[in-house]
Amino acid sequence: MAGTQDRSILAFDEVTVRFDGRAVLDRVSFELHRGESLVLVGEAGSGKTVLLKSALGLIKADGGRIYLFGEDVTKAAEQQWYGLRARMGVLFQEGGLFDSLSIEDNVAYPLLNQASLRCPEEELARRVEQSLEFVELGHTLEKFPSELSGGMRRRVGIARAIVTEPDLLLYDSPTAGLDPITAATIMALIIKGRDVRRATTVIVTHRYQDGEMLTRYRHDASLGHVVPAAANGSGPRTHYVALREGRIVFDGSQSEMEAAADEYVANFVRRPG
Amino acid sequence: MLDLIKGPILTFQEFVLLAGRSIRGIFRKPYYWPDVFTQMDLIGIGSLPVVLLTGFFSGAVMALQMSRALQTYGATSQIGQIVAITLVREMGPVLTALMVAGRNSSGMASELGSMKVTEQIDAMRALGTDPVMKLVKPRLIATATMLPLLTILADFVGIFGGWIVACPLLGLTSDAQYWNNSWRSLEYNDITQGLLKPFVFAVVLSLVGCFYGMRTTGGTQGVGLATTQAVVVASVWVVVLTFLIGRIFVSM
Repeated sequence: MAGTQDRSILAFDEVTVRFDGRAVLDRVSFELHRGESLVLVGEAGSGKTVLLKSALGLIKADGGRIYLFGEDVTKAAEQQWYGLRARMGVLFQEGGLFDSLSIEDNVAYPLLNQASLRCPEEELARRVEQSLEFVELGHTLEKFPSELSGGMRRRVGIARAIVTEPDLLLYDSPTAGLDPITAATIMALIIKGRDVRRATTVIVTHRYQDGEMLTRYRHDASLGHVVPAAANGSGPRTHYVALREGRIVFDGSQSEMEAAADEYVANFVRRPG
Repeated sequence: MLDLIKGPILTFQEFVLLAGRSIRGIFRKPYYWPDVFTQMDLIGIGSLPVVLLTGFFSGAVMALQMSRALQTYGATSQIGQIVAITLVREMGPVLTALMVAGRNSSGMASELGSMKVTEQIDAMRALGTDPVMKLVKPRLIATATMLPLLTILADFVGIFGGWIVACPLLGLTSDAQYWNNSWRSLEYNDITQGLLKPFVFAVVLSLVGCFYGMRTTGGTQGVGLATTQAVVVASVWVVVLTFLIGRIFVSM
């Protein structure tokens, strides 16, 4: 893997993370290039969120190396991480919206607090509004997170993740606990976020349909919504990683995943009924 | 045996690390002054009624209970001295700190704990803010400022409560003698001790509340546990520290 990390946006090289002596990530390796998408599937407790938080520097790796934007960040100090995180957008599993702040202040938060991103007052309001319009929640500026539904809160989370126009977007279970219609809306927004700026995207999910949508659909700017991608696969490359007890048990394309013989991997592809 | 003590030692080590980062942070930018003032309002103004009530009745009860003993020796004129010294040196700082521990350390633990389990603290770090600077430091500054002030007020209303019982109620001594005795009995040593204690308590109360909040795991149940632990640990530290500080001053 050495030598290719300098061109990658995010790369894990034999990364191990231990909690109380137990490996929750066990020698995990993968690589993600500009504009690519990674769909991370796995049962609960398989290490998906830990992987995402390791990529954000919120959890330190006990072994291996992590490369971000071509830089080895394994031993990066917290101050260095703040600079790196300014180039990343994240949607947390629990939303991570600040209860005490209005929706407007929540979305403006990274623009006000990321030292390398601080934008002028007059531009701030415009960018926040633009970002909320992107997720079709322009009318919620004055509201508080507790006043919004679960789906709306996720959309605000997406607005906050994309407001800084990051190079790398990380979504932790963006559709968990949502009804199918809201889940499809969220996925359409993620696809839009990916295609409008060609951002590299990592999505952690339990639902195979989310990955499928990410692979098979693209955002059509002229129509303003998602449409099926061309069958020749000219869209952005999406690859799938399946985690089991902290280990990668599958790494490949959607078609390879659908053809996988492994029972654990096949379970994610199998549809109910 | 080693495993048994490993847990508490590790916890204490984490606490010392957080305390070190927070205290170091006081001398470093950024400063979130609106958060500091919000916390000052919550801790200072918010705790005022309960602290004044506690102070008043502790002074009143002290005068009431001591009246019989003093009558035995015909020393009822000394009631002002006893109430003032006991309140300023010990009861004022300790009772105020215990009230603030119950009210604010628990509040800090539950607020930060809820933020932890809903990933708001992770989000804060991911969005460019150091949670120690944004959450712990303002609470530390606010408590260290407000607790000594609350203690001064509690001491005063306590002495006032003692006067109500001693003079208008039981007629143990004259008004002038009570106030004169109270005032003259206090030495610089008492005042220093009476102000140093709440300052030290404030540092411990705020850091313990924040520490248990920041290490919360396990959802809403974890928040409840963190809150309980914060109040218990903070209260125990208050009584242990008051003894240690008292011991130092007594031998001085």
